[in-house]
Amino acid sequence: MTPTNPERAGPNPATRTPEPLSTHALKLAYGQNVIIPGLDLAVAGGQVTSIIGPNGCGKSTLLRALARLLPSGAGHIELYGQALHALPSREIARRLAILPQGPTAPEGLSVEDLVWFGRHPHQGRFPVRRAEDREAVQWALDQTGMRVFAARPLEALSGGQRQRAWIAMSLAQQTDILLLDEPTTYLDPSHQLEVLHLAQRLNREQGKTVVMVLHDLNQAVRYSDRLIAMSGGAVYAHGPAGDVLTHDLLRDVFGLKAHLLPDPDTGRPHVIPYALTR
Amino acid sequence: MTALSAPARFTARRALLVGAALLALCAALAVLALGLGAVPTPARDVLAALTGDGDALTRQLVLDLRAPRIGVALLCGAMFAASGTIMQGVIRNPLASPDLIGVGAGAGLAATVFLLAWPAAPAGGLPWAALAGAWGGFGLVLLLARERGGALHPVRLALIGVAVASALGAAQQLVLVRAPDGLGSALSFLTGTVYGADVTRLTRVLPWALVLLPGALLLSRTLDVLNLGEDVATALGTRVNPARLLALAVGVALAGAAVTGAGILGFVGLLAPHLARLLVGARHARTLPVSMLLGALLVLAADTLGRALLPPLEVPAGIFTTLVGAPYFLYLLRKSA
Repeated sequence: MTPTNPERAGPNPATRTPEPLSTHALKLAYGQNVIIPGLDLAVAGGQVTSIIGPNGCGKSTLLRALARLLPSGAGHIELYGQALHALPSREIARRLAILPQGPTAPEGLSVEDLVWFGRHPHQGRFPVRRAEDREAVQWALDQTGMRVFAARPLEALSGGQRQRAWIAMSLAQQTDILLLDEPTTYLDPSHQLEVLHLAQRLNREQGKTVVMVLHDLNQAVRYSDRLIAMSGGAVYAHGPAGDVLTHDLLRDVFGLKAHLLPDPDTGRPHVIPYALTR
Repeated sequence: MTALSAPARFTARRALLVGAALLALCAALAVLALGLGAVPTPARDVLAALTGDGDALTRQLVLDLRAPRIGVALLCGAMFAASGTIMQGVIRNPLASPDLIGVGAGAGLAATVFLLAWPAAPAGGLPWAALAGAWGGFGLVLLLARERGGALHPVRLALIGVAVASALGAAQQLVLVRAPDGLGSALSFLTGTVYGADVTRLTRVLPWALVLLPGALLLSRTLDVLNLGEDVATALGTRVNPARLLALAVGVALAGAAVTGAGILGFVGLLAPHLARLLVGARHARTLPVSMLLGALLVLAADTLGRALLPPLEVPAGIFTTLVGAPYFLYLLRKSA
């Protein structure tokens, strides 16, 4: 895996292929409450990127805005170089899938029913189930290991299985870009690992661009190609996963003193916090 | 992990069976109700009259006098049920129902005022007045229930809805009491009965039903997607606010038009969707038609019971639907609080 730096890739910006997602002087706010004052960011294509940062730093806000779940206050977002707000929502849904935090489904819905919703952006006014739709649904069920549970109602599943069912729905959209908002929250350690492995596999085997918001620094550094560290609504650091986590960053962004030991598998830093700096 | 590949609870086959059974029940009950009255008509004669045979008197009794009433009961029941299903889906609130969020009461009040103020109005005008009133009542409830942040607690909406509905209902009673004698009794159906429903009332409701009931079915998939919540619906490419508005418009229009046929049939719009989801699950392509059939069956059964129980007295259908619906509403309130 050679880390790439598309935002600094070639001298002539006009000739390079546009990044899957980029923000330009993006401002995000909830009413009067400004979360992100102005952000310029480019997400690397074909990579797993994780956004890390303390609570309230704007990482989920950013992810939601990238998926047009939040309107931007000023500036704009581009999807493969096209202004996001000018694209039809349905067309966006064929290129970018997002799994928001804590989604809920009506009672009685089966896993397969749910995964079929992922075909919604591809279907016309009348939901004819074409062969390609069936294939996409089966593929999504296989990728997530949910085929055996296809007929189960969602409420009869464990937390990890339910999360995988929702991811399967996003996969059925067959998009190049997959955004996951804290996909491991509320899952036990083995289910967390399952979700992270799945994200990595989708990237390696399908070439998907994956962007996740993660809380666990060690999971983020181990399972991502690139990290974006946010602090106070701005990007503190953005780069290859092995380069971002430093003593300075942990102190400035998280208020932590930590040992940084090389991960025996990846050689990237493994964080062992031992004290608070504030 | 038990039952790894447990069979799906809600299958298309099951939905078809439930639908067919409900349709058969509606048909059987309709034949029974067509024979019911001061001059009882056996089912055989009813069927003969329906197919154009039999003697003229029976045909007149069955087709001209009883059929419109049964038609109104079936249509208005189906419309209230469809309206409730849509509203519960869009507002994502199990306590939503046209009569519980001001829609029915607003329509009733507006229809009353319209008829009193303009007795010579063209027959087609009344549903439009009711529609305006339905939006008025609904708007009032939403305005009062609005909270900072926009989240609507289900119980809060229901409580405000019930209070507004009571106030609008009282206003309607007040207007009715002050109405001239003849006109007042002509309007009494607005309180929830199909008693005295004639061809005029049937033809008033029918065009709305013919447009809006299939229209509701076309919304099935939109409702399914909205049911997954605002974020997921957006993620799947739905423009949430226009979709919600369209669905609500159909739901409000269904209830508004139904009020001009049978008044407010209490709790039909609450009960039918809940029962439908229990029977066939949460996907609207199945829930909506089953809910419509249940609503139709419920109102026809209530009306038939009301006619058969203490003849020649007629107990309004709305009383029976409320008797069944109110306890269930209380149960839902306890569950949601």
